[in-house]
Amino acid sequence: MPPGWGGTLLVGLLHSIEIAVGATCVGLMIGTAGAYGKLYGGPVVRDLLAVYTTIVRAVPELVLILLLYYAGTDLINQVLTSMGYQRIDISGLAAGIAVLGIVQGAYSTEVIRGAILAVPQGQIEAARAYGMPPGLMLRRITLPAMLPFAIPGLANLWLIATKDTALLAVVGFNELTLATRQAAGVTKAYLIFYLAAGVLYLALTLFSNLIIGRVEAWARRGTPSIREAR
Amino acid sequence: MMAHVTAPASNQTTRNGAAEAIHVENLHKKFGQLHVLKGVSLSARDGEVVAIIGGSGSGKSTLLRCINCLENPTSGIIRVNGEEIKLKADSHGHTVPADRRQIERIRSRLGMVFQNFNLWSHMTLLENVIEVPVHVLGVKRDEAVAQAEKLLARVGLGEKRDVYPAYLSGGQQQRAAIARALAINPRVMLFDEPTSALDPELVGEVLKVIGDLAREGRTMVLVTHEMKFAREVATHVIYLYNGLVEEEGPPEQIFGAPKSERLKQFIRNIG
Repeated sequence: MPPGWGGTLLVGLLHSIEIAVGATCVGLMIGTAGAYGKLYGGPVVRDLLAVYTTIVRAVPELVLILLLYYAGTDLINQVLTSMGYQRIDISGLAAGIAVLGIVQGAYSTEVIRGAILAVPQGQIEAARAYGMPPGLMLRRITLPAMLPFAIPGLANLWLIATKDTALLAVVGFNELTLATRQAAGVTKAYLIFYLAAGVLYLALTLFSNLIIGRVEAWARRGTPSIREAR
Repeated sequence: MMAHVTAPASNQTTRNGAAEAIHVENLHKKFGQLHVLKGVSLSARDGEVVAIIGGSGSGKSTLLRCINCLENPTSGIIRVNGEEIKLKADSHGHTVPADRRQIERIRSRLGMVFQNFNLWSHMTLLENVIEVPVHVLGVKRDEAVAQAEKLLARVGLGEKRDVYPAYLSGGQQQRAAIARALAINPRVMLFDEPTSALDPELVGEVLKVIGDLAREGRTMVLVTHEMKFAREVATHVIYLYNGLVEEEGPPEQIFGAPKSERLKQFIRNIG
């Protein structure tokens, strides 16, 4: 670990990034499955997904985090003890990824559902007409074709995820905001540490924009830019 | 009531004795209350070019799309290369393919060409053409690429292999879509109004490619508004009116000596 409070902040940033990356991955998996279920699933699947996306998007994230973190770990431990196993300590990292992943999943479901609907139906139909099985069609046609429509929304969700990690401070997870509060509290140098934290969040966003720009350019490789088309 | 007018016997004898590639019998299709196909039969033998003509709303595209179950028929029999497509009723009472693997296997041998091309926009022309051979039919990638390059060259797009569809004209996209269909080495090619979405000056280049395929003996079922073209390349013409076969026969008969009043009027109006 790097020495001094600066090092503490960097470790906090690293933890924030870990959670954001993990939560985004979980969210993308839930979102892809959720969008598919909402579009092609049976009535029961569609209703369950509607309940999930509505509730998760209705309740403030802070409340969800408290609820899922405390109630969730309690529930898991109750189940474990009732089955005769030892209670376990759920790591803050795993819990944070799970909780934010569930939140991200609800929003991603809607972003990806909208993007799939934006894919020209003819391309899906062509895949069917050539005998592609559903899994292959999803992997080769639907997902790559919807990506240009999904990336702006998913990029928003990623940036939100990087900052939502700050909410995990309330459950005592040592991410950037909690680390900053500790550093500022001990040294009384509030201005400098909160400014430093702000700069770190900004740097993360700027770096993300760089990567997102590349990913978007790749995803839109088959689409002429608006400027060219004008 | 016998809804379908069967082909006259004289016509049967003029058609070759080759194996039947497509056989459709007493096909019905309803969209809700709308009865689009009211008992249509169709047969395409190996090497035949069957043209389906008819006015807007006559059901000709629906008929073609039922052959590979892009539209599920409400009732009727469809056989492709002698194999009957197994159909069943789902929980809503709609008819759907009973065996997903069977319908996928049959589809992967029918080369469909759409009105709006429907090339995959995130793939270059080459990637579009090798997609089904590599990922559905299990052809080795380098073999598929070599084959795709030949096919693209054949439709006059050899230079454009690494270009994405959105950067091409409609005529070029449709020719690429024909190359994509040829790449699966199809038993039958299905054309769904292949020139209807094209600017008039681009129609010729696409018809030329389709005409060449017809002349080399490809089995094709073709829905078209291009009457002159249908007369040139078709070996058998089916005129649909309001969901029924109004008249069918060799092109000389259909265009030269139509019997049905409706067909006479249709040809007058469109010619």
